[in-house]
Amino acid sequence: MTTTQSVPVTEAPDDPRWQALLGVRGGRWGDWVRQRGVYVALILLVLFNVAATPNFATVETMQLLAVQTSVVIMVSLGMALVIGTGGVDLSVGAIMAITAAVTAKAYTPDGYGVPIGIAIVLAIVVATLVGAFNGTVVAAAGVQPIVATLAMLVGGRGLALMITGGALVEMFPPFFGTVRESKHLGLPDIFWLAVALAAVASVLLRRTAFGYRLLAIGGNLQASRLAGLPVPRTLITVYALSGLLSGIAGVISTARIRAADPSYVGLGIELTAITAVVIGGTLLSGGQVRILGTVAGAVLIQLLENTLVSQGARDSIARIIEAMIIIAAVLLQRPWRSAS
Amino acid sequence: MTEDAATPALSVHDFTKTFAGVHALRGVSLDLMPGSVHALVGENGAGKSTLIKLATGVYTPDSGSMLLNGQEASFTSPRAAQQAGIATIYQEVHLAPQLSVARNFFLGRELTRFGALDLRRMNRECAEQLTRFGIPVDVRRPLGELGLGIQQMVAIARAVSTSARVVIMDEPTSSLEPREVEKLLSVVALLKSEGVAIVYVSHKLDEVFAACDTITVLRDGELVWTGATADTSRRQLIARMLGRETSELAAGQRTHLAGRPPVADAPPLLEARNLRRKLLIDDVSVVVRPGEVVGLAGLLGSGRSETVKALFGALPLDSGTISVGGTALRRQTPASRLRRGIAFLPEDRKAEGIIPALSIRDNIGLAALPQLTRAGFVNRKKLDEIVQTFFDRLRIKASSPNQPVAELSGGNQQKVLLARLMCLNPKILLLDEPTRGIDVGAKAEVQTLIAELAEKGLGVVLISSELEEVVEGSDSVIVLRDGAQLAALFGDDITEEHIMDTIAGAADQAIEKQTEEQAEHPDATSMTGVAK
Repeated sequence: MTTTQSVPVTEAPDDPRWQALLGVRGGRWGDWVRQRGVYVALILLVLFNVAATPNFATVETMQLLAVQTSVVIMVSLGMALVIGTGGVDLSVGAIMAITAAVTAKAYTPDGYGVPIGIAIVLAIVVATLVGAFNGTVVAAAGVQPIVATLAMLVGGRGLALMITGGALVEMFPPFFGTVRESKHLGLPDIFWLAVALAAVASVLLRRTAFGYRLLAIGGNLQASRLAGLPVPRTLITVYALSGLLSGIAGVISTARIRAADPSYVGLGIELTAITAVVIGGTLLSGGQVRILGTVAGAVLIQLLENTLVSQGARDSIARIIEAMIIIAAVLLQRPWRSAS
Repeated sequence: MTEDAATPALSVHDFTKTFAGVHALRGVSLDLMPGSVHALVGENGAGKSTLIKLATGVYTPDSGSMLLNGQEASFTSPRAAQQAGIATIYQEVHLAPQLSVARNFFLGRELTRFGALDLRRMNRECAEQLTRFGIPVDVRRPLGELGLGIQQMVAIARAVSTSARVVIMDEPTSSLEPREVEKLLSVVALLKSEGVAIVYVSHKLDEVFAACDTITVLRDGELVWTGATADTSRRQLIARMLGRETSELAAGQRTHLAGRPPVADAPPLLEARNLRRKLLIDDVSVVVRPGEVVGLAGLLGSGRSETVKALFGALPLDSGTISVGGTALRRQTPASRLRRGIAFLPEDRKAEGIIPALSIRDNIGLAALPQLTRAGFVNRKKLDEIVQTFFDRLRIKASSPNQPVAELSGGNQQKVLLARLMCLNPKILLLDEPTRGIDVGAKAEVQTLIAELAEKGLGVVLISSELEEVVEGSDSVIVLRDGAQLAALFGDDITEEHIMDTIAGAADQAIEKQTEEQAEHPDATSMTGVAK
């Protein structure tokens, strides 16, 4: 009270308006931008494209965008859950590579030659187990998430290359054609799958005990332990889910290019996913997750890339713009976090 | 104070600091004389840390001034304070464990020769300095490989060699072995003889009485007493820390227990025997019967919080047995203890209790989720019902259960945490400082609630820094000191006077024993008496 004679005495220091004045928090404006900014940016970018990009408002363009976005959405959903616990999963791209490699090994005649359905299930199970392994290293061994999953980022891709012998493996099962081609309501089924997974993630977060616990752990780990929550089990499940989603994304990527490409599939996607989650309004410090924001964030990033390409911007410029968006999103989070 | 002749090395005048409208420190003044050790004592929240942080530039005071060697001084950063000659030694050593002792000693002011590190000279000079302090150690070894005590002394030697004239030690001995404590105190004595002014923050009264010339007692952010060590007794000091002047002490009036049947013959709900944990708990036994409130009394650092954490499975034990309703418990995890009906209210509401980002509802329902869940899905209707029940019953003041818990006052946050425990239907409640930092009204409500729950047959273990609360609210009291159990008091024996005498008496005995042992074996390192 002593520092601000001009402010009426009735204003308690906890009042958000007061704190906004002092810059203690981001204030209402900062919170609003953090929570809704991604939707505004997305709408603005769409309007810009409608005006400036030829043939933007066409079914073909939308379909392409939907396909391009789906994989990022799926990976970002897993990332959002992990970030909700206060962690991060850098191994998502490597898990996609492992999935591709396992699918190829299981399906091709040179490998085990099993039906494609079994190969896919096997690959996704392996992806989930790799995620669970990440979770175990984090929860049971107490290794920092960034370190544990960085190890998997490096080692996982190595493992994938080992499985396929380092080569790109082409595959032509009819099912892959179905994955690429089939559509409902004018949009590809891959996109509907991503939407369905987002819905499941949202229900998981809001309605299940698991979701409550996930957010509690991210909000205050020590308090969660002392409240008797099953912290290790919950963390292992979260990382396993991230692995599962990366696995599905890995299968879809493989189906799209009709080949398992362990060197390049999912390369760098961890950073795109983190960006999508953060600009979607999820706090990097954990304790809160925005599923719809994450989906919007993933679409925004993809659309931004497409826009820059269609406007003739060089790839280097595109990267710099993407970096600026990340910094802006993180800056918006910062004042809010320092208040706690 | 009394020594008018000398200029204080550091003189703090009328320091006041508020956080979010709450006084952390109010009008505290302090003079530190060169060549003198000044103890700073007080319970949790007394303002010791705030005072230190104000003096060392971590915080800036709302009002008040500071004189360093008679000159007006104010620091905007800890670095500025260090450069002005105020060094702070924390409980944890803030140095680089993988570098050698000598490198740490010269960290930030390395000796060079032709632009390269002069390791030979650094090693030699460091060894000389450490020998002066009586710390024989190979200065080429990585600091992290040495014992904590040695590390701490290296930190002190380093601080002093950077010509610090004021050394502040914040609970330097809390993680040290008795032998290391003794060594540290000898270093303190050496510094003192060289004219350094030392602030010694500790809750270990033996050390305070053995090493300090002057004592300042803080309580609730205010200075309660300052005086020469020779002018006070342990007994008086404890009374000042816990909030009662000796003259005011009356036999405790035990209010809520009037007319309740004795509980002594019922079979125990919780029986913990011979709990031990290195450096923290030394042979403590707790027995709680249905309807009984067992108070744990003792100063900060006496092992009271550690004991309840161990009962809850949150602090691994080296040995000891814990059984509930006659069944021995093996798994030392909070989740398994909860299933046995033991619920725990942590001491540090913010760090260990509430989950600030979540709503009141989610904070309350969190621990009871297994009962509210079918096939993984939370039954929201049931959750809302239970939450509403406790919301009303505990009279939580908030706009609705959906309000974020971080927006509530301390008292209401505490009620949220109590509600979290109560919807588990526990048989045993472990309450660590249930009324700390909450307003008077909420405090009375919480105390009444505890009494009500006990009347319904729950067993309660109660910790409070306020002796009055322990005395008034408990059916039996276990007195702890330095992790060891001094006495178990029942019935009319439970008075504030009695508890303080027990704590002070044991301290005196420990000192006597130590002096005897030293007399018998003048050469032996004999802090063992104190450690017991």
